[in-house]
Amino acid sequence: MARTLINLPKTAKPGEVVAIKTLLSHPMETGFRPGPDGRILARNIVTEFVCRFEGDEIFRAELFPASSANPYLTFTWVATRSGGFTFTWRGDNGFEQTETAAIAVG
Amino acid sequence: MTAQRPDRRRVLAGAAGTVLAVALRPAGAAPLPRTETTESAIRRFAGTSAIRPGRVTLDLPPLVENGNTVPLSVSVESPMIPADHVRRIGVFNERNPQPNVVTVHLGPEAGRAQVATRIRLADSQRITAIAEMSDGTYWSASADAIVTLAACLEG
Amino acid sequence: MPRRSTVKPLALVACLLCGPPAGAGDGAPVDRRSGFDQMSPELRAMQRDDTANPGMLAVADGAELWGRPPASGKPSCAGCHGTAEAGMRGVAARYPAWDERTHRPIDLQGRIDQCRRERQGGEPLPHESPDILALTAFVSLQSRGLPIAPPGDTRLEPARAAGRALFARRMGQLGLSCAICHDDHWGRRLGSATIPQGHPTGYPLYRLEWQALGSLQRRLRNCLTGMRAEPFPDGAPDYTALELYLATRAAPLPVETPAIRP
Repeated sequence: MARTLINLPKTAKPGEVVAIKTLLSHPMETGFRPGPDGRILARNIVTEFVCRFEGDEIFRAELFPASSANPYLTFTWVATRSGGFTFTWRGDNGFEQTETAAIAVG
Repeated sequence: MTAQRPDRRRVLAGAAGTVLAVALRPAGAAPLPRTETTESAIRRFAGTSAIRPGRVTLDLPPLVENGNTVPLSVSVESPMIPADHVRRIGVFNERNPQPNVVTVHLGPEAGRAQVATRIRLADSQRITAIAEMSDGTYWSASADAIVTLAACLEG
Repeated sequence: MPRRSTVKPLALVACLLCGPPAGAGDGAPVDRRSGFDQMSPELRAMQRDDTANPGMLAVADGAELWGRPPASGKPSCAGCHGTAEAGMRGVAARYPAWDERTHRPIDLQGRIDQCRRERQGGEPLPHESPDILALTAFVSLQSRGLPIAPPGDTRLEPARAAGRALFARRMGQLGLSCAICHDDHWGRRLGSATIPQGHPTGYPLYRLEWQALGSLQRRLRNCLTGMRAEPFPDGAPDYTALELYLATRAAPLPVETPAIRP
């Protein structure tokens, strides 16, 4: 499992816009870079990130080799009700990882 | 000998250093061939729609200390309500091997059209962010970044 | 990238030839400044925000390793030392230190590896491996904000003096020393990068060039390569000697681990 850091407030007021920050430990090897032996290293990147709240997609990103290593994404969400988020990263070589977080709104 | 923030003179000196370094690159180090033109990637994103400048704010440092990790943020003027919101934001580069940087999908539940990430820049170039609104219009902003070379790299 | 490394020494020579010297080699800067102050606002913000700093990924790995018992069944780090927040506070600021068992100076990475081998019955952690960097970063984080305070132990003096001499010695094909850049020309430009005073305040740190966390020894190897000098062999006492002198030269700047640098 790759290390992730997900940051969002534990609580929010209804209607409040909360910031969500995510970091994933991943090399994001571009597929354009030569290795020590001069041969191009195979591409190994995360291609998609999806955030869902109670099953509904609230944010999605398509990533490309132009993303930095250890990809970082921040976005916002209007607090409506308490519930759970899932964060899913998918990528080359069958990479897939899902993390969860909860928020109490009230 | 005390100025720590780059003043105009230092920035110019830095830019001159970059030019020197670029000029000294061996002829064999031409940029990698591109997989697709920027124009083609933008057309795949926006179709044949007109793309107008405005409503989009693109922030990235004008002088990049290392092209491996360049902080980038995009915000779009939008009420982000069901009747009027940003659907997608696409970011495109001119001189990386591949023209797409990132594409994000948003909706009114975001509350704000404001995202940030970190990108790679293979060289000094112009970056363009394009927002697709729920009414089908497209808006854009561009920013230039000068990529400098880090000193004392791994040999 | 290969095309960059072919350019680097030429750009460096051009820089040193084109500007008049700012000092006359009269020693370490009195007004000590961290390389943090020379970074762009964006990179400073990246370092300051623990939820944005990619070095915190490795710190989180280190925190997990701290509490995980080794395969030998012996206690975890936490089993002996308790919480790192209490037991490790200030420790990293006092390294390198004198090692009673080997009668040599030892740096923090070396001490953690020694503890693991001798007290936890573990396999040695190779230098620069992800686990040793993660543990060292996690331990060093407990000293963040505290002043670097190298021990006054007189047994360290010969190594510290050796480090000071190495710092001033011209090395490599370009005939440069550490001091020429970091004592005499800090704040000026090498190619397009600003030369820092070279204080090791934030190691292990996340260097954007590495796209990963790395140790001070790795950075010193990069410096030596940049000078077109042959790096010291892995584990050579020269590194520890330099680390000792650099700690003395940097004190009392605060520990910044995990720092961000370009």
